[in-house]
Parts: sequence; C-alpha cells; structure tokens
Amino acid sequence: MVGALAVLLGAVALSVLVGANPVPPGDVLDALLGRGTDTARFVVWDQRLPRTLAGLVVGGALGVAGALMQAFTRNPLADPGLLGVNAGAAFAVALGITFLRVTTPAGYMWLACLGALVVAVGVHVLGGAADLRASPARLVVTGVAVGAVLAGLTSGLTLTHPDTFDRMRGWAAGSLLERGPQVVLPVLPLVVLGLLVAALTARSLNAVALGPDVAQAQGVDVRRTRVLVLAAVTVLTGGATAIAGPVAFVGLMVPHVVRWTLGTDQRRVLAGSLLGGCVLVVASDVVGRVAVPPGEMPVGVVTAFVGAPVMIALARRRRATAL
Amino acid sequence: MTATRPDVRDAAGTAAPAAAPARRAAPVRLLRGPRPRVLVGTDRLHVGVGVREGVLCVVLAAVLLVLAVVGLAVGDFPVPWPDVVGAFTGRTQGLAATVVLEWRLPRVAAAVLFGAALAVAGGVFQAVTRNPLASPDVVGLSNGAFTGMLIALVSLGGGWASRTVGALVGGVLTAVVVHLLAHRGGLQGFRLIVVGIGVSSMLGAFNTWVLLRADLETALLASAWGAGTLTTATAELVRPVAVCVVVLLAVVATRAGALAQLELGEDVAATTGVAAGRDRTVLLVAAVGLVSAVTAVAGPVAFVALAAPQIARRAAGSPGIPLAASAGVGAVVLLGADLVAQHVLPLTVPVGVVTVVIGGAYLLWLLLREARTR
Repeated sequence: MVGALAVLLGAVALSVLVGANPVPPGDVLDALLGRGTDTARFVVWDQRLPRTLAGLVVGGALGVAGALMQAFTRNPLADPGLLGVNAGAAFAVALGITFLRVTTPAGYMWLACLGALVVAVGVHVLGGAADLRASPARLVVTGVAVGAVLAGLTSGLTLTHPDTFDRMRGWAAGSLLERGPQVVLPVLPLVVLGLLVAALTARSLNAVALGPDVAQAQGVDVRRTRVLVLAAVTVLTGGATAIAGPVAFVGLMVPHVVRWTLGTDQRRVLAGSLLGGCVLVVASDVVGRVAVPPGEMPVGVVTAFVGAPVMIALARRRRATAL
Repeated sequence: MTATRPDVRDAAGTAAPAAAPARRAAPVRLLRGPRPRVLVGTDRLHVGVGVREGVLCVVLAAVLLVLAVVGLAVGDFPVPWPDVVGAFTGRTQGLAATVVLEWRLPRVAAAVLFGAALAVAGGVFQAVTRNPLASPDVVGLSNGAFTGMLIALVSLGGGWASRTVGALVGGVLTAVVVHLLAHRGGLQGFRLIVVGIGVSSMLGAFNTWVLLRADLETALLASAWGAGTLTTATAELVRPVAVCVVVLLAVVATRAGALAQLELGEDVAATTGVAAGRDRTVLLVAAVGLVSAVTAVAGPVAFVALAAPQIARRAAGSPGIPLAASAGVGAVVLLGADLVAQHVLPLTVPVGVVTVVIGGAYLLWLLLREARTR
C-alpha cells in the first residue's frame, strides 16, 4: 500500500514534468512557485496540473467503481460499464453532437453526465435493484441489454452521420486532452461523494461477499448496502466517463491486480483500487503524451497497453483466485 | 431441429422411474411433470426432448421459413412468393430465378447459418465457463479479427478477399495466443477469461488507434464492417464458409450430451462418465471455429452469441442452455435483423447494429416478464 502511494507520487510528478511542450524541470518548479516565464506557467498551471487532476479523478473513480461492482455482483467479469452507464453517456454525446452541434469537452461532459444518470436510474428500476429477492445477475443482464440497445443506436447514428462519427471516434477512445477545470470541477463533488459512500459500505461488503443470507445473519442491512453500492458505482462511473469518455480496462482489471497482491478484504481492495486506478490512468496519460510525437495517444488506448501485460503476467504467475 | 439435447442414459439411471422394468417400454413415451419430456427409443438407449423446447424449435423453424421467403421475395426487384418457391423447384425461369437464387439466396442462407453458428458458439462458451456473460469474445476473437481486417485494409489496401483472409488469420491467431498464454499446467477457466480480456482489450485499443489515425472514409468503411454486416455475403464467399459451419455444428451436436453435463461442473461431468477435458477442448475448438468462419465474412456481428442462448433458455424454460433452440433463435434474430436493416430502416445500416438493438430489447422484455410472473 505504501509502495503504491510512492508509485502514485512518482506518476503525478512525471505528469507535471513531462509533456509535448518540452519545459526543463527547473522551469517547471519555478512555474509551480508562481515564478518563471509566461509559457512555462501556462503549460504547468493551465495544461498539466488540470490534466493530472483529471487523471487522478478518473482513475480513482473507475478503480473503486470496478471493485464495488465485482464485490457486489460476485462476478469477476463485472466492470462498471455493465450498468449501461457508459452506453448511456455515449448515446447522449452522439445525440448532442448530431442534433445540438456540441463540440467542446465541457459540452460533452454535461451530456455524458445526463445520459449516464438517466440510463443508470432506468437500469436500476428495470433490473429490480431495490428488490432483495432479485439476484445481482438480473441487474447485470438488464444493464447489458440496455447497454446493447443504446450502443446499437449510437453506432447506427454515427455510421450514418460521418461528421458525428469523426467526433465520436475521438471521444469514445477516452482522452484527457483539454480536460481543464471547467470539465473536472463540476464533476468533482459527485466523485468525492461516490468515494465517501464506497468507504461507508466497505465493511458490509465483506459480509455481502459471502452471500446475502450470510450477510443478513451477520446483521448487515443487505438492502441498504446494495442501494448505496449501486449509487456509488453509478456516480463514480458516470463522473469518470463524463470527464474522459469511456476509459475501459481500469475498472475491470485494477481490482483483480489489487486482490492478487493485497488479499480479498474489501477495505484493502477498495483502497488499493483507488490508488491503482490513479496510478494506471496518470501514468498512461504521460506515456500517451510522448509515445507518438508529434501526436498524442488517447489515455483509453494506453491504459490497455500498459495494464494488460501486467495483468496477464500476474494471471500466469500467481495462483489467480477468482474473487 | 426437433431433436434437442440428446441425453443418452442407462435405464438404471433417473430417466424413466415410472416404466416397469419387466415390460418392454413403448418407443415413444411422455414423461409428465413440471417439465414434461418426450423419450424416443428403448429403455437402455433413448433420446429425451423437453416438450416446451420441441414446440419452441418447431415455431422457430416456421418463423425462419417465413422470414426466408420474405427475404428472397422483397427488394428493388420484387418477386411474388409463389415464384420464389418456383425458383427452387425449377418452375420459375429467367430474371426472377436469377434474382432469387443468385442475388438473394447467398445472403439469406448466410444470415440463417451464421446466426445459428454464432448462437451455438455462444451457448458452448456459456455452458463450459458456466458464466452467462461469457462469449467467444473472451478469447479475443472479434477484436483479433477486426485487427487482421484493419491491417489488410489500411496497410495492404486489399480488396474483400484479402480482408476476409486477414480477419480469419487475425481471429484464429488471437485465439491461439490467448490459449497459449492461459495454458499453464492445464487450462483453467478463469485464467482463460482474464488473459482473453487482457489480449482482447489490447487489440481493441490498437483498433481504436488505427481508426483514429485513418482518414474518415476508410474509418467509416472499417467501422461498418466492425459492426457486423452481410453486404459482403456473396456466393463465392458464403459457400466454403457454409460448409465449414455445417461440419462444425455437427461436431458440436455430437457432444451436446457432454455439454449438458459439463454445465453442471467438471467434477459432476466426470462422475457421469464424460471425458471432461477432451470433450471440453473439442467443444471450445469447434465454437472458436464457428465464430472465426462467420467473422471472416460478416465481421464481428455483435450480441447474437451472447443473447441467443439466454433468450432460448428463457423461452424454453430449461435449466441449461438448449443448443438447438439457441441455433434457431440465432438464425431468426440474424435473418430478421438483416431484413430490417435492408428494407425497413430509412438509412441502410450494418446488420450488427440492428441485432444489438433487437436482441437487447427482446432480452429486456423477457427479463421484465420474468420479474412480473415471479
């Protein structure tokens, strides 16, 4: 855990120091202290710091949401997108681009937020989220079904509107480019709220992992835990997607890696996933900035290339446990 | 289509407790109960079919026939349905026969066979991994095929033939790599899934990246294929693939009994006399083959493999995944979706777009109905 924290600090430092605009480390320090040239101050304060913050928020939110989702559904294949949140956000953004001519990251953010929340509420109602007798599997299948319908509509819309297609392929890759304070700050309270709720449920999730009956016998209010977990997953995934677009892989794989290294206590898994998600997204963003000069590789593409080999190696090396 | 899940059992087993052992049983018997079954055969060797499942299969076959006739009849050059039938019997000649047999038949046949193939492959994966979220995609087939096709399209600038080969090579290569990476002292289901997702997401990221860098026109073309389309289903391409699909479906059918036992878990399967390891390998290889063959021609048609087995299971009210009914559902969904994509929508969209929407909506309806009746 301490190691992960150190790695995270390193990643944040790199994220501030490295970029497409080469600024010497000394100048970066000057700029951080409010001195130095205008260019350096602009690059550090207006580009790299907001971007790092966006990376931290997105990574942490997705990591925790994935851990919650896997613990709640007791399915190691579950990722936060399963509730249809990503599909809802994408559909709203595609609609906005096509019919409202929205073209800015801030505009995408509001659309994605709206789409994610509306669809998540719909999935929860259809999937019987508050119904104790309904199994988590039903909610997941409902999420998959709703997500599929929306994904189909989105791809139908984009394939018949070349202009929308052009913009959507950028958004759907998942990127932190130009995600300034006006994109991150409105979402930040939402994500913080989600993280707090997640922290509250951690203890009872340990019991829920043994099955609802056992959890009830241990005096855990299963229904309350369930509602809180789902609300947290929705808010965290929706917030992250609103900022960066759908960044796959983080929510799915970070919790696995954490479980294999820190054990299966949900409190450790949640804390570890928070740090792990932050590290993966911030580090991937740094790699994306320098990987293909003069262009930039979107963070959603890099997370897969950075995260997948690590995960495959771990799955081969250790006695990989399911949950 | 009517004989489903042949489960051959010993007479001393659980199958027919009501039959008196001394008397010869009738060749066709009905077992009553909450899930009535028809048994065909002797006491020692028989094939059991769930009544509801059998009825479902008959209904699906009828729907499929109607859809096929519609698919062969409508279009820019309408052919009345008696002439469609006539084209097969040789009564109709000339342009109408050409249109039906040479223009439209390959696409309709492709939709039926491909739909069945995808559904069966999905059913096999879900039964073997015992996870309703599993599909052949977990070994990276779709993304691998898309990568192969993209490389053929973008860097080699190839036509449909080279793209098909690229997709086939990409898909199979990915499945092999995933299998090799996951194989470590025996194949463990969970490790297969994790490695599959890892490799698959790397390929997916690569595809996203290529599409971002490509010019708009190429990217649109590639994306239409990537959504799953049947515009590529010409007679020359469909014929060899159809042969592959039929052979592989037959292979899966011979192991259907073993699959039903594997669904109960490997240990249970082993105690009932199933060679779990070998049968599982044969089934998985056949499933991968089915999906690769389809994907090479039509692109990764989404959702049929995932949804058809689940739809069939709920419609047949069976505890396991009914393979024949799944195949029927898959064929109906893909053919119906292709008709909608071609003739109903104002803009022509790839069939994969429609399968996703229809399949998803139907699955949702089933779920809601299930929740209400409980």
